[in-house]
Amino acid sequence: MTPLSTPVLSESASAICLALVLLVPLAGVGLILINCGLGRSRSAAHMMLASLCAMAVAVVVFAAWGFAWQGLATHPGHTAMLGGRPWSLLGAEPWLLRGLPMDGSPWSLSLLLQMFATALVVLIPLGATSDRWRLTACAFSTTLLTGITYPLFAHWVWGGGWLSQLGANYGLGRGFLDGGGAGVIQVVGGMTALSMACILGPRHGKYMADGMPAAIPGHNTVYVLFGCLLAWLGWIGLDSAGAILFAGVATGRVPLIAINTTLCAAVSGLTAVVITGKRFGRPDASLSGNGWMGGLVASSAAAAFVRPAAAILIGLVAGILVSYAVDSLEFRIGVDDPGGAVSVHLVGGLWGLLAVALFGNFAEPYQWLAQVVGIATLLGFVLPLTYGLNALLNRFYPQRVEPEGERQGMDLHELGSGAYPDFVTHSDEFLQR
Amino acid sequence: MGASIGQTGLKLVGFFLLLAGWLLVLFALILLPAAGSRTAFVCVGLLIEFLGFGLAVRSHMRLGDERE
Repeated sequence: MTPLSTPVLSESASAICLALVLLVPLAGVGLILINCGLGRSRSAAHMMLASLCAMAVAVVVFAAWGFAWQGLATHPGHTAMLGGRPWSLLGAEPWLLRGLPMDGSPWSLSLLLQMFATALVVLIPLGATSDRWRLTACAFSTTLLTGITYPLFAHWVWGGGWLSQLGANYGLGRGFLDGGGAGVIQVVGGMTALSMACILGPRHGKYMADGMPAAIPGHNTVYVLFGCLLAWLGWIGLDSAGAILFAGVATGRVPLIAINTTLCAAVSGLTAVVITGKRFGRPDASLSGNGWMGGLVASSAAAAFVRPAAAILIGLVAGILVSYAVDSLEFRIGVDDPGGAVSVHLVGGLWGLLAVALFGNFAEPYQWLAQVVGIATLLGFVLPLTYGLNALLNRFYPQRVEPEGERQGMDLHELGSGAYPDFVTHSDEFLQR
Repeated sequence: MGASIGQTGLKLVGFFLLLAGWLLVLFALILLPAAGSRTAFVCVGLLIEFLGFGLAVRSHMRLGDERE
């Protein structure tokens, strides 16, 4: 297969880009620590192992057929003619990464970044499902996510698919723009997290008889906040490398992207500190961490296209949205999301996609409409698809652990030993509510 | 039990509206060349999706009430 065209990067620009791509796994490490810290101590080892297994399944599926369907923007995919315009619907790369020269060229960097992004997206649902998702079920669900849902949408945005071509085909700005993966990674992962939290139901003892939620605090706030710091480094790499490789941004804009990413996270985190401080009398560390992460997520799409002042505003709104979304989900809708994955990744990601249209400087008209079409595709296609696939899997292979396993803790039940054998387990955690 | 079936139906209607809204957006892109009408139909499609999402969420809330 002959490349149609290749993004041009000088040798030094390629080296910078490679360094940025290699920062991306830190975002995954951060997410794992956050998910682990916000869960119960009796499921901590299970969460770490589930994260490793999910990432392992994700990269194997990516290599087997995920990349073949996801494709590269510079290679032709499976295309249909609709209304006289070409609509690229699916990638057409060789399976098992066969015949792809790994030569440090821009598109081999794209391949590497796509693999890391695949490993990142599967960590998001784990935050919403901790303490009750069986390990094998998690592996099967991850296969569905990385084998069907994710590569489809990733091809449409990053692989030269129809969403990325909205500009060329229909005059909608530069097409759907999402360099850092606010939609491709965060919203797709967040929608899967929402689906899984609804399918699994709340943790035992989360809701009282009168419907009020009980507070089940995370077991290690230090993990959570350290995870936020690691994620910050990873996000700088993700936003910068994604903007260069998937949105055609020059490497000279990396400082601006890093500044915007940092500003977004900082303002969003501070906003959550102030909001929780006002509401509860003192700042809530976990929710503030969620605010920080919400800012990172919101920066993903917009960091390369907005000025720092706009990044501050994006972070401010992200902090408000995430803080109130956590409460709305728990109190009003009844979704038990221990890691705040839905609020941070789904809500923050959607806001980030919209922020590109609101604050981005584009010469081409109708960029906002391209972003709206992308958001409509996420809501109208990705959400029903990921919910339907997981509901179907749940029908044939129940994904929730047995009540006895939940009471005992996932570590003992599924792994046979606890993460902290020297810790005293508090008996009130086992009381029926 | 009957109410639960009703809520599941409500959830299905919600998902149907999500899909229908998206298809309206796609048809607007493919069939409408004029920028004004295309924009209007895309926005209407998104509104239908919000309605569908609201119904799906509502059905989840009621299912939760029944569990209690």
